[in-house]
Amino acid sequence: MHPALSVIFLTTLIGVGQGMFLALFTGQSYAAAQFLPAQDSSGFYGAGSLIALTFLIAGLMSSFFHLGHPERAWRAAAMWRTSWLSREVIVLPLVMMFVFVYGVMHFMGWDTVIATTDTVVTFHASLLVGALGSLAVFTLFLCTAMIYAAIKFLQEWSNPLTVINYLLLGTASGFTLATAFSHAAAPDLLRFYGTWAIIITVAAFITRSASLIRNTRLKYKSTIQSAIGVRHNQIVQKSQGAMGGSYNTREYFHGKKAVFLQSIKWIFMVLVFALPILLLVAGMRNNNIMVLNAAFIVQFIGLLFERWLFFAQARHPQNIYYQTV
Amino acid sequence: MTQLALVIDLNVCVGCHACVTSCKEWNTSGPAGSMSDDNPYGMEPTGTFFNRVQTYEVGCFPNTETIHFPKSCLHCEDAPCVPVCPTGASYKRESDGIVLVDYDKCIGCKYCSWACPYGAREFDEHQKVMKKCTLCVDRIYDTNLPESERKPACVMACPTSARLFGDVHDPQSEVSVAIREQGGYALMPEWGTNPANHYLPRRKTRLHIHEDELVRADNPLKKEQRKPSGPVTEPTLDDSTSW
Ligand code: SF4
Ligand code: SF4
Ligand code: SF4
Repeated sequence: MHPALSVIFLTTLIGVGQGMFLALFTGQSYAAAQFLPAQDSSGFYGAGSLIALTFLIAGLMSSFFHLGHPERAWRAAAMWRTSWLSREVIVLPLVMMFVFVYGVMHFMGWDTVIATTDTVVTFHASLLVGALGSLAVFTLFLCTAMIYAAIKFLQEWSNPLTVINYLLLGTASGFTLATAFSHAAAPDLLRFYGTWAIIITVAAFITRSASLIRNTRLKYKSTIQSAIGVRHNQIVQKSQGAMGGSYNTREYFHGKKAVFLQSIKWIFMVLVFALPILLLVAGMRNNNIMVLNAAFIVQFIGLLFERWLFFAQARHPQNIYYQTV
Repeated sequence: MTQLALVIDLNVCVGCHACVTSCKEWNTSGPAGSMSDDNPYGMEPTGTFFNRVQTYEVGCFPNTETIHFPKSCLHCEDAPCVPVCPTGASYKRESDGIVLVDYDKCIGCKYCSWACPYGAREFDEHQKVMKKCTLCVDRIYDTNLPESERKPACVMACPTSARLFGDVHDPQSEVSVAIREQGGYALMPEWGTNPANHYLPRRKTRLHIHEDELVRADNPLKKEQRKPSGPVTEPTLDDSTSW
């Protein structure tokens, strides 16, 4: 497939926003159970939600660039019964709403205690909103990934690994951002977030590598024989019915050499996994904000490469019909 | 239930592209608006088409065969492109099984074109909506046209009658009979899309001549074992007669 910048930015940006929100909520739940020290409501959870929301909005903005008729985008909520894209269109604003409400509750201090258990655990109302928000975040990861995983003849995508990768890669970048953010806003949580960011990044490395290995071993079900229905081992296309190219040659081909794809793979392997882990460790050791910021920026740039390859690697069966001009 | 469809005979198609041009002519002049082109007379002409004719060479020289292969939307019975559309702009008509796009609802997200394994949908770069073959839905029900012309433009144009049009759910229709009797098949059956359009395979017309047919086994001359003539030793009439 031809990787579209708008979709690359959409999926990576909302991934960061979603992961950041999960990080905030995890922090607050641990604090509620007194595993972690409680944090300043507005300075940490409030401001953190604002950052998460910014990423979500930026992702939404870039998605509009993908549409031929963005002014009709509201129509896309109609077919949620059958279309994962429609489901994503519904859940994304829902996530934004939860993040917004969660942030506002912390900023304004509208956070009544709704239950306590013998002074150990304190349930704040914001915790409930955060739990619902996290549920929405997981649903959004599922919807985004299923848009791709649901197309069964795009065999590179049609696999549970697609969902797992979207979930882990998004969460990893969110936790890395949370680590950098906590340096200033909540130094007590620096190690907590940093450790989780590394663990999730390692997990994502394992599952993304698994999908890369799977892709190299794929056996494609469609062949030129099944595409035109002629049983012969020797079939060569002589013309495709258009000399100057068509939508079919623009949308489904990345137009790059195999070497290029290989190098993108190694670039993202270093930028998404190896380098951020090193930077996170170094940043935590030296307590250096610049290094932690670099960890996030490097990982995000790496994710852009990762997403590019995710699209480019998918081989659409229609390409069989477009082998020769 | 009705399922309108085309049946394309690869044994007859000569690759003249008449179906391509008549399709474009009819549909670009239709009420749904033009099918836009870029550089139509320039170096890299490109544009929106519903139907394309491709050419394949089968076999190794000198035993090769050329196959012209017209390709348009197959109006799949289990169309994977329909449920993925977030707006409902893509739909399959209950009444006749035609898969259509509502150009007023389409947001141009291109998701449906990813979900068609055949690459039958083309995005119109100027109208910014997804387009595809409509089976000339604006022709086939038009009562202003004489009955014989209520067919898709490509079917009307085909000089070799390689394209048949009809209801593939009616077992007695011309298309059903052709599929049944001449080995009609579907493209990429592996994805379970159940294409309504079918293709008729190349068929070889071979003349089988048995030796018996060249040398009659029941030749009466052979039966009586009479040889035409024996060796000549005595003078014959030819020797004594001057002509
Ligand atoms: S050929 Fe493609 S566009 Fe046409 S109905 Fe089938 S899947 Fe949909
Ligand atoms: S491009 Fe149009 S018809 Fe296709 S899925 Fe998107 S909205 Fe539906
Ligand atoms: S008009 Fe008929 S013969 Fe000509 S390319 Fe089309 S199907 Fe083939």
